Amino acid sequence: MSKGPTKVLVLGSGGLRIGQAGEFDYSGSQALKALKAEGVQSVLINPNIATVQTTEGLADKLYLLPVDAETVERVIEKEKPDGLLLGFGGQTGLNVGVELADAGVLERLGVQVLGTPVDVIKDTEDRERFVQRLDEIGVKTARSRACATLADAQTAAEAIGFPVMLRSAYSLGGLGSGVAHTPDELEAIVRRALAQTPQVLVEEYLFGWKEVEYEVVRDSFDNCITVCNMENLDPMGIHTGESIVVAPSQTLSNTDYHLLREIAVRTIRHLGIVGECNIQFALDPHSSEYRVIEVNARLSRSSALASKATGYPLAAVATHLALGRSLASLPNPVTSSTVAFFEPALDYVVVKVPRWDLERFRGVSMRIGSQMMSVGEVMAIGRTFEEALQKALRMIGTGMHGLVLNRLQFDDLREELAQPTHRRVFAVAEAFAQGMTVDQIHDLTQIDRWFLHRLASIVDVMRSLKGLPGPGQEPDAHLLRQAKVLGFSDFQIGKATGLHMDRVRDLRKELAVLPVIKQIDTLAAEYPAVTNYLFMTYQGTTSDVEPRAGAVMVLGGGPYRIGSSVEFDWCCVNAVQTARDVGYRTIMVNCNPETVSTDYDTCDRLYFEELTYERVMDIYEFELPEGVIVSMGGQVANNLAPRLDKQNVRILGTSAEDIDRAEDRNKFSSLLDKLGIDQPAWTEARSMAEAEDFAARVGYPVMIRPSYVLSGAAMAVVFDPSTLGSYLSRATDVNPASPVVISRFIENAKEVEFDGVARQGEILLYAIGEHVENAGVHSGDATVVIPPQRLYVETTRRIKQAAWKIARELNITGPFNIQFIAQENRLKVIECNLRASRTFPFASKVLKRNFIDLATRALLGEEVARIEGSTLDLERVGVKAAQFSFSRLKGADPTMGVAMASTGEVGCLGFEMEEALLSALRSVGLRLDKKTALVSTGPPETKAAFLPVVMKLQKMGYSFFATSGTARFLRSNGIEVETLRWPLEEAAPNCIDYIRSGKIGLVINIPKNNEEEELSNDYLIRRGAVDHEVPLLTNLRLTERLVEALEVADFDNLPILEWSEY
Amino acid sequence: MSGKLPDVLERSEESPCQDEKPAAGVLELEDGTRFAGTLFGNRQGADGEVVFNTGMVGYVESLTDPSYRGQILSLTYPLVGNYGVPQMTEGSLRFESGSIQVRGLVVADCIDAYGHWEAGSSLDQWLREQDVVGLKGIDTRELTKILRSRGTMLGRIVNAASAKSPFSVSDPNASDLVRAVTVPKIVEHGSQGAGARTHILLVDCGCKRSILRELLDRDCDVTVVPYDHDLASVECDGILLSNGPGDPVQCQSTIANVAALLSRAKPVPIAGICLGCQIMALAAGAQTYKLPFGHRGQNQPVAQQGTESCRITSQNHGYAVRADSLPSDWDVWFTNLNDGTVEGIRHSNQPYFAVQFHPEAAPGPTDSRDFFDEFVEASRRE
Repeated sequence: MSKGPTKVLVLGSGGLRIGQAGEFDYSGSQALKALKAEGVQSVLINPNIATVQTTEGLADKLYLLPVDAETVERVIEKEKPDGLLLGFGGQTGLNVGVELADAGVLERLGVQVLGTPVDVIKDTEDRERFVQRLDEIGVKTARSRACATLADAQTAAEAIGFPVMLRSAYSLGGLGSGVAHTPDELEAIVRRALAQTPQVLVEEYLFGWKEVEYEVVRDSFDNCITVCNMENLDPMGIHTGESIVVAPSQTLSNTDYHLLREIAVRTIRHLGIVGECNIQFALDPHSSEYRVIEVNARLSRSSALASKATGYPLAAVATHLALGRSLASLPNPVTSSTVAFFEPALDYVVVKVPRWDLERFRGVSMRIGSQMMSVGEVMAIGRTFEEALQKALRMIGTGMHGLVLNRLQFDDLREELAQPTHRRVFAVAEAFAQGMTVDQIHDLTQIDRWFLHRLASIVDVMRSLKGLPGPGQEPDAHLLRQAKVLGFSDFQIGKATGLHMDRVRDLRKELAVLPVIKQIDTLAAEYPAVTNYLFMTYQGTTSDVEPRAGAVMVLGGGPYRIGSSVEFDWCCVNAVQTARDVGYRTIMVNCNPETVSTDYDTCDRLYFEELTYERVMDIYEFELPEGVIVSMGGQVANNLAPRLDKQNVRILGTSAEDIDRAEDRNKFSSLLDKLGIDQPAWTEARSMAEAEDFAARVGYPVMIRPSYVLSGAAMAVVFDPSTLGSYLSRATDVNPASPVVISRFIENAKEVEFDGVARQGEILLYAIGEHVENAGVHSGDATVVIPPQRLYVETTRRIKQAAWKIARELNITGPFNIQFIAQENRLKVIECNLRASRTFPFASKVLKRNFIDLATRALLGEEVARIEGSTLDLERVGVKAAQFSFSRLKGADPTMGVAMASTGEVGCLGFEMEEALLSALRSVGLRLDKKTALVSTGPPETKAAFLPVVMKLQKMGYSFFATSGTARFLRSNGIEVETLRWPLEEAAPNCIDYIRSGKIGLVINIPKNNEEEELSNDYLIRRGAVDHEVPLLTNLRLTERLVEALEVADFDNLPILEWSEY
Repeated sequence: MSGKLPDVLERSEESPCQDEKPAAGVLELEDGTRFAGTLFGNRQGADGEVVFNTGMVGYVESLTDPSYRGQILSLTYPLVGNYGVPQMTEGSLRFESGSIQVRGLVVADCIDAYGHWEAGSSLDQWLREQDVVGLKGIDTRELTKILRSRGTMLGRIVNAASAKSPFSVSDPNASDLVRAVTVPKIVEHGSQGAGARTHILLVDCGCKRSILRELLDRDCDVTVVPYDHDLASVECDGILLSNGPGDPVQCQSTIANVAALLSRAKPVPIAGICLGCQIMALAAGAQTYKLPFGHRGQNQPVAQQGTESCRITSQNHGYAVRADSLPSDWDVWFTNLNDGTVEGIRHSNQPYFAVQFHPEAAPGPTDSRDFFDEFVEASRRE
């Protein structure tokens, strides 16, 4: 073996977004650990400050900088690594690596790409090369043509015949993909795709074929294995990221399975991939005909899933292989007695279900298809398919109790089956309940009959439960067990039989219908395993493990979704590590395959399980841990506290009663009154009239939200009585049982975050973060600065005073977060959470104080000293910016409002706020390559404020386009501007044409208010900017700060400093 | 391929098993362990050696593999029957022999509502037709752990309703299982005599059809002979010793016949698969022994000695060749990466080689078809 590299650069994937989410935190973290194990120095570039991989100690050098070619080149020049890993940072990392190789940068700087060579990556990414390479060995690909122009695409589509499948090359998660049935549809999709990538593929349409993928690993000695195969429940036509996926495949015979496996191995060997990759197939349900759809020559969402589904540590193994090791020389860490060259045998079924958040977006299409729109996923494990599926449907956290017995209504069931939305699987269940047959549903959905039979079996058992004579009739042991084996929860059984779920639980215990705990050991029990990786099932009689004393149980965050994401995984992982350091055994409960908390080496026992009351109690009653930590996994874990407390579960840290005092609006309100702390006027309206009366009394605008919501789902600000009426009648169901909270919305106020750690009411450590945007932008979407730059000293003092009072009153032990709004020095509390918040990793990494470590020690009762010093006298500034995924959400209006819309975040450092801000905005995709801006300034009051911004840009050499009103205003202020027509005018020169043709480098469009509904001109401009990848600014304050920053710092020459240099 | 789907069983309530009450059954192991479940298939009792297989697909191939003769097979993958069973036509290559070979099948769940274009019946129906018992509702993972830690055991499936009888199961390995599965007389395959085709003698110790298929695919003429066929006088280009059930030392006549061949002055290429490998080793003077719980699965990693080359293999054997007993002119060819046992042997200067795994796959991965290439190539050269 030649001398291996000594210093390796790892590219991260940046902010979480649709198509590229937390799975790359898992893969990057494993890569860094593997490099360390090999004694190789690591350098990481990733601006995603909320990730585990950017935690101190994982990488030897950490750059919180944008992952783009220019920045990476500058880091390479400084760090002089001799190796580069580009398969661990998603499509972003891969694309940047290829770009640097093509530009000759890697060769010039002596950096070797480790693992799969760049030429091979290009073979997999360029469709024409790909088809040609597979043709060489007689492997069939879907008939397809790569097209660079619309005309090419039209010709290709005619040749292949409509309908055709359109896919864009070099894309993440199938962006710009779709099915075109007509030339018009073709044109729309191709235009959108070509705006983002140089190539679009026109392909044979394989609707209804089975979609199967294999995860393949190959070492540099040509040894090749398939670690796992997976089958999509939703057949071809639905993106695999949008599909319910099951592992291993269920409907493939031995012949099918090994036919595809053999092709997978042959293809990967021929291509010459070294490390890990994924190969996707379409398989004809009526023959052995197949097509290879694509190969991803990198770690992917599927590989994260495969890794968690099998226990095989794919990312770690891929790293070792990239360094030249052979598969047979690596141990299988799960058994510790066998080696990594083997193919896992599963003795359970894994089901993945995507998590969508489409309801949050105005204007977005709910239809799922060949483009990925889901924001996260869950994985469930069972010994029957039904058990795993029903678990997974509960895990996604959208209020579903499983496949059946949900409160769902379908206006047109057939339509719902034929034109899938994110609710299709529930529609299938409803169709069975209404008496449709397997064949009828198959005809509408193309879902394989095997899956349909399994879904029908769940409906059958529901019928049996409902059919017991008389409500409240208790099922016998046989029926109870049958229901549990098919994944019914106690709640579902209770709902079907009329029993209370607690009674169902007691009944189960009386009848000895209890779950057992099984290990995931990669070898189906053939060899003894040392694995800590567990799940619960009712198909079995004996548990694989015994409870062990002295453990602390940490509840995880569940699926990544808007409002609860990788930041809570960071918190959980850190809490587990601290608990271990303190000397406890650790038990982690989580169900998200994209996380590090579910990695094989994170905790002593991992329950890949539901974060439901029932399952948490099952685990608790079995393990009898010293206590449970509910404050790290976000709101889901936190919400369980009261019910667990009622069962005498020991909640570590702040008491459940005090958590409730903060969560319950009425209790919290009187608490604030008692402490003399102000809050915006609010009420709980139980009728339309109550709502209208309140708004009239306090004055508009008012903010509306249903009780107990996460991240502002269904939240809105309304500015007048008519909007209030229409909102309440449409968006919510106001009645005495589900009141709506209405509060006064304070305009032009600053918003401030207070993150703290306390012990028995005494604050030990805190950070104050200031929002760049005014209040009204959800804190998850806001740009946050630590330490505050524009806050009065007096305001800060009052914030601290209020926080201290609250901490003392609630006797807080552990992490907490308070959100304030400030106008002048008047301070109001808008929210208080007695748990870790989204900004904890950001605050920890900017302050270089691990808030979670301290919080965990506090709630474990360890002696901890108060950390003196204020966030105000830091030498560095950190800026957190939101990562949006609007380009993925067809039709969604890309604005910021009280409801959170971003899917991820980045955080960058600087010695000056300006540098940090520019780094952060660059990290979320801001490009300022062309000095042309299309501006529309909104209402008159913002026009005046906007003028200095335009003048500063003009000084920097910008030229301007504007629609008539804004153009007139700018001209009257002496600014040269070219007038364009509104999109709806459909006259030239038109804004949309200019955006589409690349004449505009920046769109600044400040919406009048955040709640526009109709398809307006401004909406079309914003949407046009997103669809054609033109940078878009929609917030005045952020635009002001950006322009000021550009005056003093060079956007293309930001400092290249690593974390420890700040 | 026609787009017409074969009739797929509609919903379980219409399946024939619903007419009868579920019959409770029990799997009893010789150490007294009992697993209660529900009977399917013929719903009768059966006994034999209880073994487990970790493959996730391939129940049709496994159940018809003659190497399982005398055994009760437990599958670790919990859902069995998903893709049904193909029509069992004469000589169909979807089956490894003409009938189910196991004495009983133990699963976590038997799926009746299958869906596959090739399927003709459900697993349950097929077991009934073949008069074989199945037992479902079993914690097969727990059973596997017991067999793994205490070793393969004798056991029986009994109908819980039938009268209790004392546990008494005779060890099938003590009998000549091969006699029951070998061809009764010589069978010729291929075009036989038309042109200069390679002529292979296939010694049937319980041969899987896939082995024959691999040879025919390589344009060989194949003469299948009974396991005790006298090989001294045969004229052929190559001899292949097949897989088969049980303890290799039971095949004394085959061992003696092969031993005579090995010492022939003008060597004919001889290859062996699984039991054939063990017979070749015994004929060469080496020894075999019983593994604690055997290798049965599709994910067995083996390494080729002296190289970096590894392969994933399909395996099904309870006995192995003792490495240190090999004569000096024989080498270990492959070893198992999990437990270091011998997975292949070859002679240092003669065209004699054998593998313990199944290069014909079916079920399992197809990584090792080069074994047949090498064998047929060696036979052609002679």
